[in-house]
Amino acid sequence: MRKLGILLTSAYVRGFIGQVIGSAIGMAFIYSLRSLRGLETTWLSDPVVAFGALVGVLGFLLGAGVLTDWIKWIFGLPTPMHHGAPEGKPEWSRYFNVDYNHKVIGIQYGVTSIAVLLVGGLFAIIFRIELAQPGLQWLDFTTYNTLFSAHGIVMIASILLGVGAMVNYLVPLMIGAPDMAFPRLNAFSYWVTIPSVILILSGMVIGGWDTGWVGYSTLSLRAPIGVVLFLLGFWINGFSSIAGSINLIATVITMRAPGMSLFRMPIFVWGAIAASIIQMTATQTVGVALTMTVAERAIGLDFFDPIGGGNPILYQHLFWFYSHPVVYVFVLPGLGIISELLPVFTRKPLFGYRWIALSSIGIALVGFLVWAHHMFTSGMADALRVPFMFSTMLVAIPTGVKFFSWVATMWGGKMRFDTPMLFVLGAISIFLIGGVTGPILGTIPTDLHLHDSYWVVGHFHATMFGGFVFPFFAAIYYWYPKISGHMYKESLGKLHFWLMLPAFWVMSIGQMSVGLMGMRRRIADYDPALGIAGTQLLITLAALVIGWSVLIMIYNLISSTRTAPVASKNPWNSRSPEWQIDGPIPEFNYAQPFQVVGEPYDYGLADSQYVDMTPAPMPSGD
Amino acid sequence: MKNLRHILIVTALVIIATVGLRFVFRYIFSLPRAASAEAQPIDTMFNIHFWMIAFLFSLIMVFMLYSAFVFRKQPEDETDGPHIHSNTPLEIGWTIVPVFVVIGFGIYGAVVLNEITRPDPNEMVVEVTGKQWVWSFGYPNEEKNVTSAELVLPVDQPVVLKMNSVDVLHSFWVPEFRVKQDLVPGRETTLRITPTQLGDYKVRCAEICGTNHSVMLADVRVLSAEDYQAWMEEKLAAPAFGEMTPEERGDFWHSAEGFGCVACHSTDGSAGVGPTWQGLYLHEVELSDGSTVTVDDEYIHNSIMDPNSQIVAGFTENLMPQDYSDQFAAKEAEILASEGVEIDIVADLIAFIKTLE
Repeated sequence: MRKLGILLTSAYVRGFIGQVIGSAIGMAFIYSLRSLRGLETTWLSDPVVAFGALVGVLGFLLGAGVLTDWIKWIFGLPTPMHHGAPEGKPEWSRYFNVDYNHKVIGIQYGVTSIAVLLVGGLFAIIFRIELAQPGLQWLDFTTYNTLFSAHGIVMIASILLGVGAMVNYLVPLMIGAPDMAFPRLNAFSYWVTIPSVILILSGMVIGGWDTGWVGYSTLSLRAPIGVVLFLLGFWINGFSSIAGSINLIATVITMRAPGMSLFRMPIFVWGAIAASIIQMTATQTVGVALTMTVAERAIGLDFFDPIGGGNPILYQHLFWFYSHPVVYVFVLPGLGIISELLPVFTRKPLFGYRWIALSSIGIALVGFLVWAHHMFTSGMADALRVPFMFSTMLVAIPTGVKFFSWVATMWGGKMRFDTPMLFVLGAISIFLIGGVTGPILGTIPTDLHLHDSYWVVGHFHATMFGGFVFPFFAAIYYWYPKISGHMYKESLGKLHFWLMLPAFWVMSIGQMSVGLMGMRRRIADYDPALGIAGTQLLITLAALVIGWSVLIMIYNLISSTRTAPVASKNPWNSRSPEWQIDGPIPEFNYAQPFQVVGEPYDYGLADSQYVDMTPAPMPSGD
Repeated sequence: MKNLRHILIVTALVIIATVGLRFVFRYIFSLPRAASAEAQPIDTMFNIHFWMIAFLFSLIMVFMLYSAFVFRKQPEDETDGPHIHSNTPLEIGWTIVPVFVVIGFGIYGAVVLNEITRPDPNEMVVEVTGKQWVWSFGYPNEEKNVTSAELVLPVDQPVVLKMNSVDVLHSFWVPEFRVKQDLVPGRETTLRITPTQLGDYKVRCAEICGTNHSVMLADVRVLSAEDYQAWMEEKLAAPAFGEMTPEERGDFWHSAEGFGCVACHSTDGSAGVGPTWQGLYLHEVELSDGSTVTVDDEYIHNSIMDPNSQIVAGFTENLMPQDYSDQFAAKEAEILASEGVEIDIVADLIAFIKTLE
């Protein structure tokens, strides 16, 4: 009973109630305002829903208590930093309430990410079953369109949460910081994503939308009302990215342990920094595009509809200026995980550390110059298309550096094949599929055939699974002992891997194959005359296997906390500082600041040391 | 020396894997048959890309799997691997070489793009119009503009498609022709095609355009020059609007060649985005506000001119374009100018609906 009481008064529930009340107030406000002006209005009209959504998000944040400290600051009230569980409540209740510890927030991010992943995955399974055979079996066009649109944006929300989980949990530990630089901002970054996901899911309920996750104008101006909640949910999610990335950059710049120069940081931190630079500088443009669309729908400003003098191509530029770089936000931390784990499991130094570190920054910077390759068929002049073709091809260079360095790291290494390493190897093979199928989309003549076909679907699912999903799972298995204090079940971990890897290969290569044959993106039904029905069935079966394998992982993670053996301090024999202390990790991570005295990945170098956990006190400077 | 032996074995394996993979690609990565002049250089480029994909994939995978099998940790061995942390010439090499490869591909792409988009002095103009969710094709002609719901092209004749969308983005894609171009509301886009193979194909809309995107298809027929001429003459000989009965005109306006009502309103009772027209006339329908109304001339007139005013229960507002009064007025003025007869398109449609028992 007490447990139930704590859950029912948790920040999630309070926030949700706040969001419902806030939405009602916001909607009633605009509804009555319009009624007073004598305008004919309905509850499900754009201005009413849009304003309700915004007030609802505020209601969530107030209800959950994310803004409490900041409001107190306005009134000059004291806000002592509270650590540990609230008085009189058990330790686990921290995870259900607003907490300022980076590890708690990291876990909240991670669990939410997997929950949202399951929702998005379920959508995919539903419409994949529809696609198993030609003809419409159990969905209609409207439902199908809403499902694939929601699948896209929900998965993106899940990936951003997963990136937040890895970055939040690991970066302060790796650089020897007690917490993130701005703990309250950190909590805000997490909690604002919850009302954002609620908005997107409610958009499906109040009418759905059929624009895909890209929300191109002018279709988004004509789409059903659900699109407003999708656009605003997407927009609200951007606050999380911007606030989180500022926090991360400030943390890494100011809070590194003594002796940790930039080139002595664990390599994952480089990936996190590169991703944060993108998030901090690009999210605004998609915010602008989404705001303009909502403004055009709700208050009749003309930005994109040519009937009012607008330009639909403008939306695409604003949208892709964020949405291309953001795919590097999804993959750079994951590639950092690959680089981080390879040396541990090959017992060799990371080959070309500096080159890998700089290639992350290189990918981030080149990523800003390529957005228009998503618009090769939009009617852009060749004078624009061709330069974007060259800049797009340049992405291959820093990406190639990563692959070559990984291979050189493995060459001659004494490889061990624990589950995290299997997922790292799987990630490399899948990201490789995504990588090598990219240039064919980058050169315009071949892209003219492949654009908006299933080749693109196969290509980006491979980059997302290879660059995020597999590394994320590797990271979960790898750090699970440190987080939970228990070992996961190795046999179930291996089963998960050996189901998911071949299934993904089949799915991704199958998608590319049907794309070449003429399968278009975002269609509920396809022409059996294309000769692709057999492959479509295979893709659906593979998708089901992937779905089941993820459930195996979740079972493994939950059940291992009870039964599996207690993990030793450093089961992987890693040199990284977080493995040098006993779990569970204390509130402020390290009892005393450690000193970096060597290179992070000098495996095989006798008597070398990365960190000195108990350095002699520094002589005082004065 | 031992390392050299490993490298030689791996090199051999990479070559074998590349060739083997390229062979496998013939089965898993096959293209639809090539039916346009543009398809030839593009397919050559596909072939080169496939070789590149096979090589790069083999290169990384063979090195990775070889390391995994040959150098793997032996039982009882708890020591670390060799301490090799970098090799500057190697790293510079694998940065510089790809730079030249990708620039080469870029130049190649630009050359092919130039080749397939070059205007031809003899090219024939076809106007393509996309609207939710029908295609229509216009053939500008000296005496009379011909419209068609299917795209009919003479073989080996360079064609320039001048494309417009009246509502949202669409994308013109005939997989056998290999090239694709979006239709953008508010601006004209062009696509150049020279069909080289007789046969039947389909235009498939490749850009999500709303509810019925999946079925936004149109037939494409590539005919010999003689057959094309015969088809065109038949089209030209079609009766003038003034000579047709209102029912015939209504049927025409309903089709994709006319105003594309068919995209949402079936005439055989099957479900669509909008209510079917079969058996509609003088029947009672329930509206979304709960009231009922008899479908008479006035109701049909209102529903076309101001679609949101009376939405039938179970259907969505804002889906039907609200500018039909402008579109009809423009068409009526055009017919008045060319044929000198006054037409009432709404009346034609009502007459047509009356025939659908």
